[in-house]
Amino acid sequence: MQTSDLIRILPEIILAVAGIVVMLLGAFQKQNAGRMHPAIALLGLLGAAGAIAYQYPWRSLDPAFGGMLELDAFSAFFHILFFLVAALVVLSSSEYVAQERLASGEYHALLLFATMGMGLMASSNDLIMIFIGLEISSLASYILVGFRRGVATSSESSLKYFLLGSFATAFLLYGIALMFGATGATNLTEIHLALQAEQNTVTAMASPQLTPLVGPVPTALVGLSIALLFVGFAFKVSAVPFQIWTPDVYQGAPTPVTAFLSTGSKAAAFAVFLRVFMVALEGSAQDWVWLLWVSGLLSMVLGNLAALLQTNIKRMLAYSSIAHAGYILVAFTAHSEEGVAAVMFYLAAYALMNIGAFAVVSHFGNRGERYVEMEHYAGLGYRAPLLAASMTVFLLSLIGIPLTGGFFGKFYIFRAALHADLVWLTVLGVLNSAIAAYYYLRVIVFMYMHPAAEQIPVERVRPAMGFVLIFSMAATFLLGIFPQAVLDFASQAAALLLENLGNGVL
Amino acid sequence: MVPLSYYLILAAILFVIGVAGFLFKRNIVTIFMSVELMLNAVNLTFVSLSYSLRQLDGQIFVFFVMVVAAAEATIGLAIIITVFRNRESLNVDRIDLMKL
Amino acid sequence: MWLIPILPLLGAALNGLWGKRLPLRGIAAIAVGAVACSFLLALIACLSLGDATRMEVYFPWIAGADFQVDFNLYLDPLSAVMSLIVTGVGLLIHIYSIGYMSGEKGVHRFFAYMNLFLFFMLTLVLAGNYLLLLVGWEGVGLCSYLLIGYYFRREDAADAGKKAFIVTRLGDLGFLIGLILLYTTFGSLDYLVIFPEAAQFPVDSDGSGTLTLIGLLLLAGAVGKSAQIPLYVWLPDAMLGPTPVSALIHAATMVTAGVYIIARSSPIYVQAPEALMVVAVIGCITALYAATIGILQTDIKRILAYSTISQLGYMVMACGVGAFGAAVFHLMTHAFFKALLFLGAGSVIHAMGGEQDIRKMGGLRKKIPVTFWTFLFASLALIGAFPFAGFFSKDEILWRTFTSSTGGGRLLWVLALLTAGLTAVYIGRLVFLTFFGESRADPEVASHIHESPKVMTIPLIVLAVLSLIGGWIGWPRFLGGSNHFERWLEPALAAPAAAHAAGEESLEFLLMGLSLAVAALGVYIAYYLFLKRREAADRLAQASGGIYRLLLNKYYVDEIYRFLFVKPLVMGSTEVLWKTLDVGAIDGAVNLAARTTRSLGNALRKIQSGNIRSYAGWVVLGALLLIGFMVTAAS
Repeated sequence: MQTSDLIRILPEIILAVAGIVVMLLGAFQKQNAGRMHPAIALLGLLGAAGAIAYQYPWRSLDPAFGGMLELDAFSAFFHILFFLVAALVVLSSSEYVAQERLASGEYHALLLFATMGMGLMASSNDLIMIFIGLEISSLASYILVGFRRGVATSSESSLKYFLLGSFATAFLLYGIALMFGATGATNLTEIHLALQAEQNTVTAMASPQLTPLVGPVPTALVGLSIALLFVGFAFKVSAVPFQIWTPDVYQGAPTPVTAFLSTGSKAAAFAVFLRVFMVALEGSAQDWVWLLWVSGLLSMVLGNLAALLQTNIKRMLAYSSIAHAGYILVAFTAHSEEGVAAVMFYLAAYALMNIGAFAVVSHFGNRGERYVEMEHYAGLGYRAPLLAASMTVFLLSLIGIPLTGGFFGKFYIFRAALHADLVWLTVLGVLNSAIAAYYYLRVIVFMYMHPAAEQIPVERVRPAMGFVLIFSMAATFLLGIFPQAVLDFASQAAALLLENLGNGVL
Repeated sequence: MVPLSYYLILAAILFVIGVAGFLFKRNIVTIFMSVELMLNAVNLTFVSLSYSLRQLDGQIFVFFVMVVAAAEATIGLAIIITVFRNRESLNVDRIDLMKL
Repeated sequence: MWLIPILPLLGAALNGLWGKRLPLRGIAAIAVGAVACSFLLALIACLSLGDATRMEVYFPWIAGADFQVDFNLYLDPLSAVMSLIVTGVGLLIHIYSIGYMSGEKGVHRFFAYMNLFLFFMLTLVLAGNYLLLLVGWEGVGLCSYLLIGYYFRREDAADAGKKAFIVTRLGDLGFLIGLILLYTTFGSLDYLVIFPEAAQFPVDSDGSGTLTLIGLLLLAGAVGKSAQIPLYVWLPDAMLGPTPVSALIHAATMVTAGVYIIARSSPIYVQAPEALMVVAVIGCITALYAATIGILQTDIKRILAYSTISQLGYMVMACGVGAFGAAVFHLMTHAFFKALLFLGAGSVIHAMGGEQDIRKMGGLRKKIPVTFWTFLFASLALIGAFPFAGFFSKDEILWRTFTSSTGGGRLLWVLALLTAGLTAVYIGRLVFLTFFGESRADPEVASHIHESPKVMTIPLIVLAVLSLIGGWIGWPRFLGGSNHFERWLEPALAAPAAAHAAGEESLEFLLMGLSLAVAALGVYIAYYLFLKRREAADRLAQASGGIYRLLLNKYYVDEIYRFLFVKPLVMGSTEVLWKTLDVGAIDGAVNLAARTTRSLGNALRKIQSGNIRSYAGWVVLGALLLIGFMVTAAS
């Protein structure tokens, strides 16, 4: 292990250390010494971000750990996104943790570990590393979801997430195993090369018993393996038909954790999804685009239609999350550089608006998440104008109204899809956006046009939460009015990712 | 010499048994055991493929999988205990507070 | 420079969000403070301008593959002057409003809207490209609607707001098409790209080229916003808004936006003489037309509204003959005296306890002296009496019209001169009936007549001074001055190819004398008819029967419009579109779609049974489908 390897992994090391420190502090300190934990967590995130910045420019000169880890612009983009998401979640959960009397040290430690796992996922160029990163972040998430131990729904969510998550991971692992069998490698670039070769050079060396199973590439084995990999990734991303855990888990988890899951986890999963499918499996693109096509379409439709009838706002946002995964899959289906850039941009914009929305829900929900039904939001526009205004901004961004980040996100996605001749998908996508407007607008209508039925206390917004709201709002508008900067970053990263198809270690 | 295909087919059968166990068993702990079974089926696949391809990668991977499975077991059981404390039941069909 | 428009925006936001909780002082402080700072910044920018123009690009705004627009602000003499006028007069009106609007409900809303308006107006004048200008253009239209309908609980005020919005929309449509045409012709919407290129175009002498079309379309927008024929009908009704609104928006700023875009686009217009001709004709006819109506109106604000339309006609006409500088000059002086007239009228209305009919006034000059004297100053400026501001600007316009190379320039001059006479008549009538003679007010009202508080009279005084000296920076050469103003504006405005014939001094003197004489004649007529011998006025009215009624009813234009456009539209809308299409077909289809979606949604919800095993079942099912597909596809 050389120094350069350590530097590549420095962000994760910093996060791990910070996490351990927070955890120990939490264990050895008295209760309610809560102030330190978020501070250390934020410091850790800052340090990790610094470590990423230190390695600018992010071209993969030198994959670390023998080709397993690559800190290119693609992974830098996602790292920054994860750190941002984590920081915002830490800030927005400060009042929640205090209110619900959660174990602050462990909470923040888990958040940091989850972020670390996501970071590993984003930089990994090897299926083993992907699996490890995935599991680190998933395990931390399983615990976080069930963090409100006394509440039945929270532990139920945790159980469902855990069981179904391990189930899907097992499928993923099986896929990795079979891919290993077909190509003899777990490194993505090696897999790519192996799949391209006419005669499978590795397996040619294999024992004679193997050859009847494999033949000229692509083979049934590769196809099977791709399907299984898809199952695993699609689960994490909440794409149909593996979205089924999403509503229950999002609803039962503590709201800040839901925010974290729906943005960070999803982004990490997409990062991995993109890397594996665009880099390693590029060769069989014409087969698996159909999977994406169908999955994207169904996700949009199912997510939007089911959300129409929801009354619980967390559940509604969960279904909306499924729908948004659908939109992103549309861009993914384009499997072009533009498409990848659109996915990345959308993930960034989506992260901001969703964290904002969940922050409002978390704040308004009050002790024990009492007020999470839509009717509780009635009249909020007059009683808490700032809160309602920020919620309106986030909802409008989710709909995709111009001047918000959501608009440009959808714009780029549909543009990429059109350039790839996916006309039907685009049309259906736009149609779905229109249908979706209904359930977002319903909240806005409740907030502004219905008188409050009962007197629901609205707590004062503390500075940390206020910062999150204002930051998310400002960033949403920023992305909506000046999207160029982020889009350029994403495009460069996408270009680098796809051009590097030949540059790996072999 | 045991042909590779035997190993692979065995692993596949184990996997399917695991899936079936997940689908049809009611006890949460049993379901969890089925997941472990699936993971181990994958381990078997890895080892056998690794051996026939003469690539050590697969066997290394098995270590990782085992470690992760152990961690998962810890967490999983903790979660199961929490659920039990809340619902007084290990019947997975009763765990359905959130629906629709 | 970007702070200039942003400060009022902040003021608007602050007042809009928290104004409800603040006392009047606080609201006013925020609003006035924002405008004052803007004004100072504009002043500094203007003074530091020197010879250079400054285009500050802030950031690329929209950058699609083929469509590139930046967020840029452009400071040149024209935009500097405009922003000074907007912020300066705006500041005075804001201060005035503190007094006028005290005691109204929702005062924070008022100031928020006013500040918001200033933001949009400043964006409009400072924009560096047509798209940003459009943003400002639309924004001021919106604010005008909001402010006209400020007393939204009154149905007629709300209707007036709607009318304003709809009528100007028609003009905006032309404007928008013009912008699109601009883009397709020049490939960009940036001033610094379009104008040099436009100069390269050959002059479009037969009126069939693109530039003429663009000029006409932009004119359409100006016709709407600046209340020219035929889209002027919203302005008189807009007087139902609060008086400071009328002063700011409908006298000094928004309505001048149309003139501004014509002046700003002068490089395009000079290449399209036919379009300029149309501009001049419309301006001239509007000026005359509005003046004729103004003579007989009885509501003090409506008289001023028609006066505004008429004066705007002057400005438009000036642009039409290529005298863009003169138009802007008149814009500035008009801003001073018209705003003053409106504010003064507000003061009168305030004194009279809300009465606006001049037939019920009279003899007010002794009771509200400050208002009277400032009003008088403004009136003298309006009719173009020497040495008030209006004299110089109006005279410049008349001179340029007479000597212009546009065909029919002499005829236009005659009509403009006639208009000047009529202007003197109607404003004389207004002044005499309101301030002189005996009071015809109700005794109840008369006993309450009082001068307005200082916060209202001080802006009046400031504006009066400006109405006097404001024109002096345009002191024409032949009288010994150096015509600073127009020379300063020169770099910003193009001049038509064949410049006006170099006039001889004597001709200029002659024309100047003529216009003064006409103005004096008009004042005398007004004096005679309305002060000395009121009976003469009544007999004249009866004698001219038909014409009298025609003028009194504003040529029945509103009625004509209602018959021609509004009624058929409403009928068509109600019967055909609403009942059959909308309720029947479309609503039916929509409801059907909604019901289907709902039931689909319901069905999909039921998938979530809550049972983990069924969830896993779905996962397995999905996996099997995927596997089946991939394996068959791959092999």
